[in-house]
Amino acid sequence: MSEEFKIEIVNPEKSFLVKEDVSEVVVPAFEGEMGILKDHISIISFLKPGIIKILSKSGDENYYVEDGIVEFKNNNLSILTSSIFNLTDLDKSKQQDLLKLAEEEAGKPDISDQSKYLVDQKIEVLRSLN
Amino acid sequence: MASLDDLKKRIASVKSTQKITKAMKMVAAAKLRRAQESAEKGRPYSEKMNNIILNLSSGISDKENAPKLLSGSGNDKVHLCVVMTSDRGLCGGFNSNIIKKAKSYFTKLVEEGKDLKIITVGSKGNDQLKRAYSDKIIANISFKESKHANYFDAEKVGKMVIEKFEAEEFDVCTIFYNQFKNVITQIPQAQQIIPLNVENSEEDKSEDSYEFEPDEDEILSNLLPKNISTQIFKAMLENSASEQGSRMSAMDNATRNAGEMVDKLTIEYNRSRQAAITKELIEIISGAESL
Repeated sequence: MSEEFKIEIVNPEKSFLVKEDVSEVVVPAFEGEMGILKDHISIISFLKPGIIKILSKSGDENYYVEDGIVEFKNNNLSILTSSIFNLTDLDKSKQQDLLKLAEEEAGKPDISDQSKYLVDQKIEVLRSLN
Repeated sequence: MASLDDLKKRIASVKSTQKITKAMKMVAAAKLRRAQESAEKGRPYSEKMNNIILNLSSGISDKENAPKLLSGSGNDKVHLCVVMTSDRGLCGGFNSNIIKKAKSYFTKLVEEGKDLKIITVGSKGNDQLKRAYSDKIIANISFKESKHANYFDAEKVGKMVIEKFEAEEFDVCTIFYNQFKNVITQIPQAQQIIPLNVENSEEDKSEDSYEFEPDEDEILSNLLPKNISTQIFKAMLENSASEQGSRMSAMDNATRNAGEMVDKLTIEYNRSRQAAITKELIEIISGAESL
């Protein structure tokens, strides 16, 4: 029996990625990184800024996300996100732009604890990409 | 009767108007295809989002402490209406249909003694509403610069709505937009987004249970603001498809009417030309006879 499942990443504009031959996905869930294999229990969680790693037969892929929701059910993994970038397409200048935006937000005086945490996370991940 | 020269000029002017409406129709048709495509592509996201929220809210343990975006603020006093229209005119009844729908809703609210606040999205709606409801409009947003409906814009509106809700400026939020059915039919819609109407159909109950990480409440309170933006984005997509569809059929009609007018004017032109010739002939003949 194959150990593969289906992943679908959708953003508000379109279906971003559909893959049928995924063996493992690591998502940056809110309470820590989470590896998902076939026959995982049905789960709903949401994402913090980080890297989604997709391991599959047709090659591994890495994506940078800022937020999102993960749903895993019946060996279907759906990720809803409004901001996702393929790491191979994410060049330095775009990265710098995102970093600048995040830093600006972190500098706001009236930022709540939770969004502060998320923004810090964002900055950390973006810096580590360099 | 108008002189031959005048008729000629009129025919030329109607013809050039026809050219313009024809071109606008073509442009609208091209844009419609794209708008329709993106409306279709955007559907999975909002559907999935809806599903997850359904699952979550049916699994929520403590209804009393449910997030306010879901359960409402407990009051039903102040209504916020987000009226979404286009930024450009010449699109048939598109804008007036939304406005009509919104206005009848407003009157109902006022009769019930509720407070009313309005946010208009798109300048055309603002133009039409500010005459009667200028003191109720609290904000006017327009996305003239962005070519297509994009999520970033929707998020801006969504954030604004949520901020106002958290500041307890209103209790119920309804959005007005045109739902795209087909090119000739667009249905004006009023959709309540705060508090969220969760329709619990039978089949959802049978779905297997999820594991939540972190717990339901926290996910839900994170998800609901996103859902607001998603719903607004969906409305924007539907709206932009409707706008182009409406404009296309309006311009199609205009082109046809212009064609009819040209035909009529041409007949009139030919008749008066013939009449002029006949008149000249009669003059010549009767002149010759009198000699």
